[in-house]
Amino acid sequence: MVAGAAPDGGGASADALSAKVVVQNLTIRYGKHVALRGLDLSIRRNEILGIIGPAGSGKTSFLRALNRMDEFIPGMEVEGRITFDGRDIRRVRNVYALRSRIGVVFPLPVGLPLTVYENVALAPRLRGVRKGSELDEIVERCLRRAALWEEVKDRLDSLGSLLSGGQQQRLTIARALSQEPDLLLLDEFSIAVDPVTTMRIEDVLKDLKNEMSIVLVTNLVQQARRLADRTAFFLTGEHVETSGTARIFSGIVKDPRTHDYIEGRFG
Amino acid sequence: MTGTAAPLFAGTSLNSRDRKVEWLVRVLLGLMTALLILPVVIIMALLVVEGGPVISWEFLTTRPVDGMTAGGILPALVGTVWLVVVALIASVPVGVAAAVYLSEYAPDNWLTRAINLAIINLAGVPSIVHALFGVGAFVLFFRFGTSILAASLTLAVMTLPVVIVSTRESLQAVPRAFREACWNMGATRWQTIRRIVLPNALSGILTGIILEVSRTSGETAPIMFTGAAFFLPFLPQGVLDQTMAMSLHLFVIATQVPDAPEALPFGVALVLISMVLAMNALSIAFRVYVRGRKKW
Repeated sequence: MVAGAAPDGGGASADALSAKVVVQNLTIRYGKHVALRGLDLSIRRNEILGIIGPAGSGKTSFLRALNRMDEFIPGMEVEGRITFDGRDIRRVRNVYALRSRIGVVFPLPVGLPLTVYENVALAPRLRGVRKGSELDEIVERCLRRAALWEEVKDRLDSLGSLLSGGQQQRLTIARALSQEPDLLLLDEFSIAVDPVTTMRIEDVLKDLKNEMSIVLVTNLVQQARRLADRTAFFLTGEHVETSGTARIFSGIVKDPRTHDYIEGRFG
Repeated sequence: MTGTAAPLFAGTSLNSRDRKVEWLVRVLLGLMTALLILPVVIIMALLVVEGGPVISWEFLTTRPVDGMTAGGILPALVGTVWLVVVALIASVPVGVAAAVYLSEYAPDNWLTRAINLAIINLAGVPSIVHALFGVGAFVLFFRFGTSILAASLTLAVMTLPVVIVSTRESLQAVPRAFREACWNMGATRWQTIRRIVLPNALSGILTGIILEVSRTSGETAPIMFTGAAFFLPFLPQGVLDQTMAMSLHLFVIATQVPDAPEALPFGVALVLISMVLAMNALSIAFRVYVRGRKKW
């Protein structure tokens, strides 16, 4: 059995049973360029998996593959196997249902050109929620959980794209939560966000962990240290290692390059 | 203080030459622009001076009489509105749908590129060729006869590239990040188009349509053989009737009616160009309005 044979510092057999997502031998190409090579990795339930690595190491490509976004990206080819709750995502007929269970937050906040309310109500509307009271309830709940409600409750009808950068990023998180996802992918969410807001979002994430799995791609090594239960290190398309965050940061690494990166010696 | 006391912003010979060139270029470019505006100003002035006295409420609301040497232009005015409206009904749905497909669905392959090339070429076909195509296809093959329908369809084919290109441009102007955010949520392509892309491209699409109207209303060649009449004393009752049209009427009274008073063609031209300018002004005003409330 190859499943869960990934060298990721936890019990491999336990992974095969409890993992939310299991990735086996994943290779991603853009034409001739190989962005990610032979990745084996699992995402467990209710964990924050941090992914660190310098630019061009294949982190974002990995997130795209989880969501089957290769359909929209010309030239992107995905090989290997990804299972989500035990189901091979390549074989999922209703890819829209798959994507709706995965929330994504981008590096730069994307406030859709809709009102604050509609930004959050869009995903519920897409899955068929029509009743106004139900939508109101979802919108308020998601905005509260994204720590944004107090700031926007009086201007739900103004444009989401007119909020400040930090607010827009929390709006994006609220929108992702409105999908009621069980996997949340964050791609360097704090790049355009001030430190105070970043801390608030980090607190939100620690909370959310109880309900979903979270993948946190980050350029900030210290952010992974603060949040992640396990941390994976990618380097130019290679998965160097994954291990418990505490272990990695106390210097217990399998590959010296991981140590060098964390210490800021390159990247 | 430094000992060498060189004045602070002293020019070297090199950059004083650069400044002269800069001045020269600015003057030259300005002159060219003035040259460009000149014909427009002269044409408008001439039309207003020569044709202005002819314009009256009566001129707009009565029919030509005495072998088109007197009276008004009502049938031509109404006819042009008919032609434009029917052409829009035919070209807008097809053009917008094609543009949405090309922008949002079509894979980037040789076939798509060939179609795009064909659209550009279609825009370059001379209008007289469109006219002959219209005769062959709509008048004869589909047996619409010389009628508003045949003329409008010819106009529609001719202006389709304008609609497609302007629609595609405005769709492309909606940032891709919006689409990706929607797709990531599990929205289908169509849901994304309907809820995010189209509402934000609408202003650009409408601007393109208004420009199409202004172009359509001035065309002469495509309607000459397909539906526009030399002279008709009555207004069209349906799309299978022939009609008079402003552009052809102008051509006729300027060249085919020797004893028409000299001011008459100027008056017709003034009305026609006013229609076109009003349309363009509307489209510009609309664009300014929409840009003011841009959502990102």
